[in-house]
Amino acid sequence: MRNAITRRSFLALGGSAVVAVAGLGLVGCGGSSSSSDSSSSDSSSTKQISGSVTAAGSTALQPLVEAAAEQFQDVQPGITVSVQGGGSGQGITQIVQGTVQIGDSDVFAEEKVKDSSDLQKIKDNKVCVVGMGPVVNPDLGITNISMDNLKGIFLGQITNWKDAGGPDQEIVVINRASGSGTRATFESNVLKGEKAPDSFKPQEQDSSGTVASMVAQTPGSISYLAFSYYNDSLTALSVDNVEPKEENVESGDWKIWAYEHMYTAADPDEATQAFVDYMLGDDVQGSLIESNGYIPMSGMKVERDADGNETTK
Amino acid sequence: MAKQVMPKRRLEGIGLGVTGACVGLVALLVVTLIAMVVSRGLATFVQNGVDFGAFLTGTTWNPDQVNDAGQPLVGALPMICGSFAVTLLSTAFALPIAIGSAIFVVEIAPGFGRRVFQPLVELLVGIPSVVYGLIGLRVIVAFTRSLAGGTGYGIFSGSIVLAIMILPTVTSLSIDALAAVPNAYREGSYALGCTRWQTVWHVVLKSAMPSLMTAVIMGMTRAFGEALAVQMVVGNAAQVPTSLFTPAATLTSVLTMGMGNTVTGTLQNNVLWSLAMILLVMSLVFILIVHLIGKKGGKVND
Repeated sequence: MRNAITRRSFLALGGSAVVAVAGLGLVGCGGSSSSSDSSSSDSSSTKQISGSVTAAGSTALQPLVEAAAEQFQDVQPGITVSVQGGGSGQGITQIVQGTVQIGDSDVFAEEKVKDSSDLQKIKDNKVCVVGMGPVVNPDLGITNISMDNLKGIFLGQITNWKDAGGPDQEIVVINRASGSGTRATFESNVLKGEKAPDSFKPQEQDSSGTVASMVAQTPGSISYLAFSYYNDSLTALSVDNVEPKEENVESGDWKIWAYEHMYTAADPDEATQAFVDYMLGDDVQGSLIESNGYIPMSGMKVERDADGNETTK
Repeated sequence: MAKQVMPKRRLEGIGLGVTGACVGLVALLVVTLIAMVVSRGLATFVQNGVDFGAFLTGTTWNPDQVNDAGQPLVGALPMICGSFAVTLLSTAFALPIAIGSAIFVVEIAPGFGRRVFQPLVELLVGIPSVVYGLIGLRVIVAFTRSLAGGTGYGIFSGSIVLAIMILPTVTSLSIDALAAVPNAYREGSYALGCTRWQTVWHVVLKSAMPSLMTAVIMGMTRAFGEALAVQMVVGNAAQVPTSLFTPAATLTSVLTMGMGNTVTGTLQNNVLWSLAMILLVMSLVFILIVHLIGKKGGKVND
């Protein structure tokens, strides 16, 4: 009777199907945190905590958080940190709704959330600074642009490179997706509140990597990227003769930059707080941030508030 | 090894239960998905008070801003036009190639076709869409630029990439369609003295027409819903397309770009769900057409 289904094999099949379905259900519920004290300090001086932390949001910040989470495992093996992307908007949505423990964002939550009772539920932790700048196709042969011309290009007023110090060639503007953190940073620092007319419809692209390869191969194109995406196939422009360098961001001479935020609940649980403290501590601020192309908070000589007002420290 | 065999009746009962549960699960998934998309999609019109007609026919897409009357600028017409343009054009590119190779495979070299050609074409299905997008970005956009000038991004580039992506679907279904034509038809045609080409053209293609239409519609459904690869080459400028070679946007490209950057519950997010709702309704229409053709085709062959 080789073909008859035996009770045992049938039950095994059914059982594994049930387990698979249940597993899916559990994954769906993932993200809820449980943090509890386990045994007190046994080996190192740090208090060992256990729990799970989910961070989601900004894709610009994601690589850094992932690298930090990996290192964090050595310090606090009891805490599982899972890192997801999704975009700054999703990061803020999820932290306000409480479905994650940390919401990563390139922009202040105030720009996305208008409800003040929602803003009271969350706490801002600025973990680092990211510098951004205009990049152009290298065949143009220009290396510097004035802030006024840059503004004119992205407002649709300047459409030929000959009006912006370049050759007689049409300008191909590649914008970022509406609502993206990079675009919000660029627009608030360059356009300064002015809006491009509806008739000006440049191309849009969502991912930094795609933008980099588009600019590299499209003649006459201009876009903007975080410093960490600069490469040899693009020309990174100086603005008003200030070079896009970290020390210029720190001194406040380079104007196009943003904080990277890790929002937590106003009253975060212990595991979440431990991870945020680790992000702000020397293990991350000293080395990891710079090696991932970000700028540590400690070096900044200027600071900004949610309304964009800049003050010298 | 005395294996205990289940009583037949219990086995039947469990079998019914397990398969029934699978059907129930799939049905539940579909219903909840549709309910979610529709409820979020309708929020734009119910909560945010956007006029449905203005949404379908408006030509300005800028959800962050409002017009003089205080209505948000959420005209979806540019994306609707863009989606239909890439869908129709890519089908027009893929169809002749698909039917041509299907004729070769079924009528001329069945052995080679079944053993070598069909697996080769079906390999195209397994390639992730981001790879198509990257190839499109590096090769097809550059080709379009050298052909027509401009930036190279636009409906034409998007359609070529999509044509390659839907080619396996359309080819496979066309092969099945031609293979399903009863051999008696061919033999009858040869008996009347027709050549092979006359047989293919007047007998095989004619009687396979309903199934070929199904192949076309299935290809169009895939093209309409494809997001990532199109988004990378179409240019994503939300303007009503006036040329095949200027940047345009599709429903899916705007959706993928915006979803991660908007906050749930806001107009900017709700209106993306409304776009998803249009996509859903369109795929429903495509599927209904397939079913109608299937019914009609069944009658003809019986």
